[in-house]
Amino acid sequence: MSEWEGIFTIWLRETKRYIRYRSRIVTSVVTPLLWLIIFGTGLGAAVRFGGMAGGYQQFIFPGIVGQTILFTSVFSGVSVIIDRQYGFLKEILVAPISRPSIVIGKALGISTASLIQGVILLLLSFIVGIQMTLICFVVSTILIVMISMGLAGLGLLIASFTDSMEGFNLILSFIVLPMFLLSGALFPITGLPSWLQFAVYLNPLTYGVDALRFTILGTSTLPLYLNIIVIFGFALLMIFVSAFVFSKKEQSLM
Amino acid sequence: MENIIETWDITKKYDDFTAVDSVNLQVPRNSVYGVLGPNGAGKTTLISMLCTILHPSSGKAQVNGYDVVKNPTEVRKSIGIVFQSRALDDILTGREHLEMHAALYGVPKELRNQRIDDILELIALGKKADEYVKTYSGGMKRRLEIGRGLIHYPKVLFLDEPTLGLDPQTRESIWNYIENLNKNEDITVLMTTHYMEEADKLCDEVAIINSGQIITSDSPRNLKRKLKADTITLTVDDPEKFVENAKNLDFIKDIFVVDSEIKLMVEMGENLVTEVVEFASKIGVQIQSVELEHPNLEDVFIKYTGSRIQGEK
Repeated sequence: MSEWEGIFTIWLRETKRYIRYRSRIVTSVVTPLLWLIIFGTGLGAAVRFGGMAGGYQQFIFPGIVGQTILFTSVFSGVSVIIDRQYGFLKEILVAPISRPSIVIGKALGISTASLIQGVILLLLSFIVGIQMTLICFVVSTILIVMISMGLAGLGLLIASFTDSMEGFNLILSFIVLPMFLLSGALFPITGLPSWLQFAVYLNPLTYGVDALRFTILGTSTLPLYLNIIVIFGFALLMIFVSAFVFSKKEQSLM
Repeated sequence: MENIIETWDITKKYDDFTAVDSVNLQVPRNSVYGVLGPNGAGKTTLISMLCTILHPSSGKAQVNGYDVVKNPTEVRKSIGIVFQSRALDDILTGREHLEMHAALYGVPKELRNQRIDDILELIALGKKADEYVKTYSGGMKRRLEIGRGLIHYPKVLFLDEPTLGLDPQTRESIWNYIENLNKNEDITVLMTTHYMEEADKLCDEVAIINSGQIITSDSPRNLKRKLKADTITLTVDDPEKFVENAKNLDFIKDIFVVDSEIKLMVEMGENLVTEVVEFASKIGVQIQSVELEHPNLEDVFIKYTGSRIQGEK
């Protein structure tokens, strides 16, 4: 059978699941809006930041888009654990389709979900006074898909090493929240103490947020090409590694 | 190739526990073959190795002529599997499950819709086919899983405890379904079960497994016959006279009277019924009814393992 069709089939199932759980779409849009409107307005009013042309709310907008992608991608990837508990993963894994195709299909499905949320947020960017142009919109969506592929791969990788959803809080505390806080989503990444600077540059999401900030607000810390190389490289690496691990560990995943 | 599944000393060890111990299995093509044993006997482990889900620790196995370790993709293309635990997605419809499975197993696009319609008719989901699986009853879910396992026309269908946890009526309909399937399609069914009746009713051949080892295998009929323990139950007009005289017959191994019924324990009971009737008329006792009972598989299991198979978990 053609592997393309396998990838498409896995993607289709993932996307149908996402669209059918409407509450998930609602929360995934409401949460970032709370951050933008309450946290952004509150902190923006209390503290005066230098060098932010559009104010703090606009500054964190790309960061909040990045946060949405992060949470959706990693947790959707990790949700393979639930598939495993329901036995559905077994049904997919015994099919005559290659393991990399399964991983790619999953990751594409997850980045589709991220894309839907990202597009909704981009369309709502006028709330914080951002002028969205067509080119900025298109480039942002491409960035969102690339960032999401890498993070979905990371989530799948974590899932392949985790047996039950009991590890969920650990994943939240030790991976997702640090990645969010260290990404420069909420503060500029220049002029930090060196230990923090180091951690921030180690975090792949930093480059994603910086690239989005350049695209949406026209300001960035790092050059766009460097950001894109890191995002793209991270996505390739994560997909490759999780495909490898799925192939190696297939016996223990079923 | 006469046997569609064959194993040579297949073994699965977990640290110091041996789940399947040097099993040699031969499953004839187009048969319904049962692996019968209590919970924890190693049935699911055995079937998982044949389905390429688990690698054997040693030994080898072929399914449809392909080695399960060296050629897993070919094995997977040849088989359909219904797992013991449910493997459905609540938020997809029955039809979508079939579509997805057909695509993953490479059923050609132009055949897909026809096959899906055929299967839906076979598993009789009716209008429910286009509703989410979370609204299905246990029996419908099971039928959907069996139907899904069939959509790519597998050579072998593996059923792991197909009727576990179903009500008697649904169980009966799944049995009929499996029987018809085997009759009408070119398919071999390998099923595990711990229900004696199920194995007895459906299987052409049964392997009894306990603690990871196959103890004996044969057709249910022969297994029971080998026990040599048939019961002839009689009601007669004068039980005392009959029992008194029958005590001396050497083919009767034992004789009881239970609630005015006489039970004769014999070997090969089908050949003895006429003799018993003739004997009764000779001594002037009138027979009102005769009934011949063979032992059931439960008795076979007890004989070979010395313990009862457990009922429901």
